Amino acid sequence: MTDHAALAGAATDAATPTTPELHTPLHEEHLALGAMMVSFAGWQMPLRYSSDLEEHRATRTAAGLFDLTHMGEIDVVGPQAVAALDYALVGAMGRIAIGRAKYTMICAEDGGVIDDLVVYRLGKDHFMVVANASNCAIVIEELRARFHGFDVTLTDDSLTTALLAVQGPEAEAIVTAVVDDPADADAVRALRYYASVPATVAGVQARVARTGYTGEDGFELFVSTDDAVTVWHALRAAGEPHGLIPAGLSARDSLRLEAGMPLYGQELDRTTTPYDAGLGRVVALDKPGDFVGKAALRSRAGSEPARLLVGLEGLTRRAARTGYPVLMGPSGPHVGTVTSGAPSPTLGHPIAMAYVTPEVSGPGTLLAVDVRGRAEQVRVVALPFYRRP
Amino acid sequence: MSTFPKDLLYTPEHEWVDDGEPAKVGITDTATEALGDIVYVELPAVGDLVRAGEVCGEIESTKSVSELFSPVNGEVIAINSAVVDDPALVNTDPYGEGWLIKVAVDAPAELLSPEEYEALATRA
Repeated sequence: MTDHAALAGAATDAATPTTPELHTPLHEEHLALGAMMVSFAGWQMPLRYSSDLEEHRATRTAAGLFDLTHMGEIDVVGPQAVAALDYALVGAMGRIAIGRAKYTMICAEDGGVIDDLVVYRLGKDHFMVVANASNCAIVIEELRARFHGFDVTLTDDSLTTALLAVQGPEAEAIVTAVVDDPADADAVRALRYYASVPATVAGVQARVARTGYTGEDGFELFVSTDDAVTVWHALRAAGEPHGLIPAGLSARDSLRLEAGMPLYGQELDRTTTPYDAGLGRVVALDKPGDFVGKAALRSRAGSEPARLLVGLEGLTRRAARTGYPVLMGPSGPHVGTVTSGAPSPTLGHPIAMAYVTPEVSGPGTLLAVDVRGRAEQVRVVALPFYRRP
Repeated sequence: MSTFPKDLLYTPEHEWVDDGEPAKVGITDTATEALGDIVYVELPAVGDLVRAGEVCGEIESTKSVSELFSPVNGEVIAINSAVVDDPALVNTDPYGEGWLIKVAVDAPAELLSPEEYEALATRA
């Protein structure tokens, strides 16, 4: 057997062989559970524990527990925090209410996406920026440069912050069960999507956010790395009667794909603008003041796109994968490229996202994907592929 | 680490073959563990000629796709339609119900003993 397709996002670290890989504080837990570990953005992360399909299905029907400690957490605080972030990022950070969060992006001057982010507003002048593991260093470098002249302080908290996610219909029952104070538990229960509160969880300080990357209800718990094992055990114990199982990066990827969510490095990269990916809503062209990439993005917003991100539903059994050509028909011209693709455990057929020319981007359009030398028929569908009931 | 069945021979590409006539062929649990959940199996057709070391099919899992190499030379006499219908059988019973094809062997091929395969598989 030879392994063809690269695991989505799990590029083998081709960087300096002498750079030691980072372990999350839950590393021994993963090994004890028999996880298959994989190299991801300089970290050893669990790819799967038992079965990708079991972990995916558990998240859709009960709950999955994810170790996401590799993500970056950047603390931004100061009297000009809003102004600094409004300049550095494409979204309107001042419009985030205290306790709420916003999905946004950091773009280059030419409008190309450097990373997609979730920004949590913790206070009037206090924010937490969560970045992808693979881009954390570059995001920090860019923010520091862009913050020049603003009265604001940036601290990289990534190596002292652990992130555990509980995602699925049982998530609320499980997470509220580990919140110590009944008033805190009520606050967690009442959280709206993209909001967060501080809470004491299993005796330790946590920020509990109702955010996630699966298309299910769920929570992300930010705790100190010193407390990660405690919280992991508490969640597993509380989750057991609810069917909670640990879930790895493989399930995380198939879940987000079904939910139509972009993955940096596949749907988003330096050559894409938020508009190409159908995410123009994150660009606040009307916010006061300049921001990095504004001119390029304003121009892009007002012009015809060269390509658009669409969903593709596979009509045969062989799945389109990252990089496969999209064709007009079985022997037709090249009209695009697949960015992500896999069999959908929930839907029972292959699904993919692809950039295609606007003429063929309408839902219902029949196209083909060259799957390792054979054309497999696909149909353009609106995203997401799956919405929770 | 699993013990590999003693009555089979192996290839470096993680296929196994028995000494039956026709010979039964499958993939090892080393392969199935690395692949994860198998979702689609593409096999040669009955009557196809296969050559040792050459690609004769594909095994697709949730995360990746691997080529299937024939361990032997000969003609495909049967394929396991059960795994075509339910690819998960290859994960649950790779040496039994998860067999892939049966081949009428017409020329010898170089194969690894269980010990030689174990040395290779554990080193990986």
